[in-house]
Amino acid sequence: MDVINALVALTNYVIIPATAYGAQLALGALGVTLVYSILRFSNFAHGDTMALGTGIVILITWGFQSLGITLGPLPTALLALPFGIVITAALLLGTDRTVYRFYRKVRAAPVVLVMVSVGVMFVMNALTRFLIGVDQINFDDGVRFVISARQWRDMTGLSEPLTLRSTQVITVITAVAVMVLLFWFLNRTRTGKSMRAFSDNEDLALLSGIDPNRVVTVTWIITGALATIAGTLYGLDKSFKAFTYFQLLLPIFAAAIVGGIGSPVGAILGGFVISFSEVGLTYAWKKVATYLVPAWEPDGLVQLLSTDYKFAVSFTILILVLIFRPTGLLKGKIV
Amino acid sequence: MSGTHQPSRSSSLRGPLFFAILAALLVIEGLTSGWNSTLGILNMGLLSAIMALGVNMQWGYAGLFNAGAMGFLALGGLAPVLISTAPTPGAFRAGGPGILTAFAVAIIAVLLAIQAYRRTRGPVRALLVTAILILGFFAFRWLFDPAVTVIEAINPSAAGNLGGLGWPTLLSWPIGALLAAGAAWLVGKTALGLRSDYLAIATLGIAEILVAILKNEQWLDRGVLNVNGIPRPWPVPYEIDLQSSATFVEMAQNWGIDPTLASTLTVKLAFLVLFVIVILLLIWGTELALKSPWGRMMRAIRDNEISAAAMGKNVTRRHLQIFVLGSAVIGLAGAMMISLDGQMTPASYNPLRYTFLILVMVIVGGSGSNWGSVLGGILVWYLWVKAGDWGPDIMGWAASPFADGPLKDHLLNSAAHMRMLVMGIILLVVLRFSPRGLLPEK
Repeated sequence: MDVINALVALTNYVIIPATAYGAQLALGALGVTLVYSILRFSNFAHGDTMALGTGIVILITWGFQSLGITLGPLPTALLALPFGIVITAALLLGTDRTVYRFYRKVRAAPVVLVMVSVGVMFVMNALTRFLIGVDQINFDDGVRFVISARQWRDMTGLSEPLTLRSTQVITVITAVAVMVLLFWFLNRTRTGKSMRAFSDNEDLALLSGIDPNRVVTVTWIITGALATIAGTLYGLDKSFKAFTYFQLLLPIFAAAIVGGIGSPVGAILGGFVISFSEVGLTYAWKKVATYLVPAWEPDGLVQLLSTDYKFAVSFTILILVLIFRPTGLLKGKIV
Repeated sequence: MSGTHQPSRSSSLRGPLFFAILAALLVIEGLTSGWNSTLGILNMGLLSAIMALGVNMQWGYAGLFNAGAMGFLALGGLAPVLISTAPTPGAFRAGGPGILTAFAVAIIAVLLAIQAYRRTRGPVRALLVTAILILGFFAFRWLFDPAVTVIEAINPSAAGNLGGLGWPTLLSWPIGALLAAGAAWLVGKTALGLRSDYLAIATLGIAEILVAILKNEQWLDRGVLNVNGIPRPWPVPYEIDLQSSATFVEMAQNWGIDPTLASTLTVKLAFLVLFVIVILLLIWGTELALKSPWGRMMRAIRDNEISAAAMGKNVTRRHLQIFVLGSAVIGLAGAMMISLDGQMTPASYNPLRYTFLILVMVIVGGSGSNWGSVLGGILVWYLWVKAGDWGPDIMGWAASPFADGPLKDHLLNSAAHMRMLVMGIILLVVLRFSPRGLLPEK
């Protein structure tokens, strides 16, 4: 019985939250890795793009709510999401036209583009603040739980509670759907194939008649969609705060590099490696330990690392990968 | 970086002209808002200039993107806390040995793991290294946690930390530089020599971690409880002493200035003189270094890494060298900033202000140009402060046609974020239209 209780506690506090968080990181890392492989720079503005996209979604959600339109049991934000994606993608395309295109034309070094993305980051950060402010915002509505603690107790009779929030289920389902769609697009459609060709060898791709402007346009649209979805899911699951999204940049980059930057499968793998390490190392294992070893009464929380240091986990994994396997777990590209 | 470093043909009057404009702006500020505010802006501007000099070494001389200046700045700021504040009575005797042994154990474990990694192969290696690290971690926590509890229990409302050594504050400045250099060496050693933007991501991470440490390790610097009353460096007086000195009050009255105002002005001027001396020493040193064979080598590496490597230059080694030197300068600025503020407030370290704004300063001033960094540091800091002042005014004017209501309130409230937009646009415009900055590298 205690073993089952231990498993339930583990599922409740580690496996479910880490899966949801990992899916959000994976979507973020997919955006970073896509920009990296097609446009060939690390996009420091990605965190703030996620924040801006989520801010737009929140505003539209509020609009729907004031009109009395809801999705019933599902959060209204899901209905607002497509509109948010369109606006964010349009903003990214505008940014590309006014800012990035020039550097592509003069074939600037990647590190210059990174610096340019810092400028874009400032602007997007300011736009997000203008739009929605700096406060913490909760915008999830609809049914809160798929399984609440009471239902679980009635269902199983176990003393250890387990809750499954609807935002966690929505996150995982949406993320899987988006990933399937993305891989279908990249592997099966003509445009997707031309994007992969462009990423593998730009010169050859140009030589075989692929239109670079089209590839870049599609890349930004997909990046905008991924960023908005990742940001909205994260905001639904936790809460929206502009600065938190900037701080997500580190785990997202870590996920992309750990998996092998430029590799979409790697980005997803990396997202889950980072999320499970982060949640696992900052979880207080006291409960699980007391179930498994009944004779042992731990003094502390048996927490390996305080949650204040969760960034240290992404960073340490990043450093280990850079030392031992700079191309990432799945072989990424090094430009 | 490429394509932005051709010899400049700009007029030699450009530098003096821009500095004259800057001086005029500061004089106008002094006449309109008072000299106290001008000196405040100028002192922080000079500190920003020192930070910019450090970042310029990395970005301007070597093309290395440090996205973690904030971390090295914060780490440098730890030095005045640990060196110049008074020790907490009994804290070191109670917890010092425990903490020192804990760190010794951690270092031994890491060294053992490295040795094990080098000497063994295959699954034995993985097992051995993991076992050593896990055992080392638990041994560290076993020694470290009780020591921390003991220290934090000592007079928690006023201290609860180890305290400092009570040494002179000026001494803490170079030590701040050394601390930052040590951290930079560790990061550079792993992240340099790989893709150019891996360094940016690694430094972004170390900065978050260093600030998290300062926020949470109460035994070290009281965390978010802040350390107050950090002593000023040697020649800088205290306002209260000046005001109680009869000669000073008399002198101020002879000049026709209120003694209280005179005392704050004197303190700020004293800091100003110290900061200017440090900046001049730094520029003198860096200009000498840049003119030496070493400087030519650095520029050669920046302009064409491949050919420099072909000439037998160890590019990664040189990058590590310049990265550590630049971070040391940032750490120095961090220590100086804490002595100016007289307090350590870890929660105030914000990456937009202390990492990315410094990059804006370097790029606006002119990548690779030391005087450009000084100009950019002061000018951009001035704009940053003033954009905060002007933002609400401009927004009030822009919102005046709207009727009072939520929209107008929202517009007025968001004016505070104007400076972000201004800085982003300045950075983008300079990068696009004048990539070599206001004072291009010669």
